[in-house]
Amino acid sequence: MGEVIVITSGKGGVGKTTTTANVGTGLAKLNKKVVLIDTDIGLRNLDVVMGLENRIVYNLVDVVEGNCRIKQALIKDKRCPNLYLLPSAQTRDKTSVNPEQMKKLVEDLKSEGFDYILLDCPAGIEQGFKNAIAGADRALVVTTPEVSAIRDADRIIGLLEANEMKHTHLIVNRIRMDMVKRGDMMSMDDVVEILAIDIIGAVPDDENIVVATNQGEPLVGNDTMAGKAYMNICHRILGEEVPFLDLDKKGFFKRLGDILKKN
Amino acid sequence: MTIIDRFFKNKRSGDYAKGRLQMMLVADRTNCSPELMEAIKKDIIDVLAKYVEIDKDKLDIQIETDAGTNDGSAPVLLANIPIKSMRNR
Repeated sequence: MGEVIVITSGKGGVGKTTTTANVGTGLAKLNKKVVLIDTDIGLRNLDVVMGLENRIVYNLVDVVEGNCRIKQALIKDKRCPNLYLLPSAQTRDKTSVNPEQMKKLVEDLKSEGFDYILLDCPAGIEQGFKNAIAGADRALVVTTPEVSAIRDADRIIGLLEANEMKHTHLIVNRIRMDMVKRGDMMSMDDVVEILAIDIIGAVPDDENIVVATNQGEPLVGNDTMAGKAYMNICHRILGEEVPFLDLDKKGFFKRLGDILKKN
Repeated sequence: MTIIDRFFKNKRSGDYAKGRLQMMLVADRTNCSPELMEAIKKDIIDVLAKYVEIDKDKLDIQIETDAGTNDGSAPVLLANIPIKSMRNR
């Protein structure tokens, strides 16, 4: 039976959409049948990060309102044959869909044989959030090591608990080890201690994410720090035990460059 | 922060962030404002001070939601109040 995972954060701009794109692509690369749903109605983004913005015909609201069949609205990914996207509507607003409709939608997708249904949640705690969590079995809470993002994550974790979410895991995004080392950024352990939930991934602040997003191509699984970190998250979602990456690992030339810079 | 400050105070901005968050989240999780917390603290100290001498610098009073002492849902008041000596009455 398929599992429904919502990716949420409370605060905007911490990396929900990037996480959804990379975790979804990673699970597909691990031979799972995956569908990504962009639930941010009115502010559609996931299609752009996936590089599928030119293929949209129907959207989430069309499916919910019965203007088309689910299969007509699903966009097949360029790279992974077992990965699909259900894009959001750009010209409607959050009140176009309600939690009951979302529950029905994910049930219908489960019966289409998807192993994983990933919901990219909008920022905030209003209707869009309620829609996104309605049908979910599991939540991934994304935060960055900043006070505002962590405070919002704590609020979201409380709301997920109140809504009886079965499993909630934390992803700490955009960690800068150089800053953590000199004490100017909270570490992954600090964030876990404060929020008191289980962590499933730590992703470094990596320029390659910007490059990948520019190109509309998720970097999961490639030979970058962020690519490896996202792939590890996918393995952990599948129940495998994977040690956390040493985010401080630098190549020989980078180290040499740092030494030369210092002198 | 100047270099001299940094030299003498080794508390870095990450520590400040953590400390501020911990205070903030206590208030958020319990719907209890920092002012209310201060008032509770003051009253507890006043009552205890009638009977014992308290080390006011080291006392620690907090409200936590995940104290591990109950099922985790209800907030718990944790007070760690070092006593210097009993007042002889």
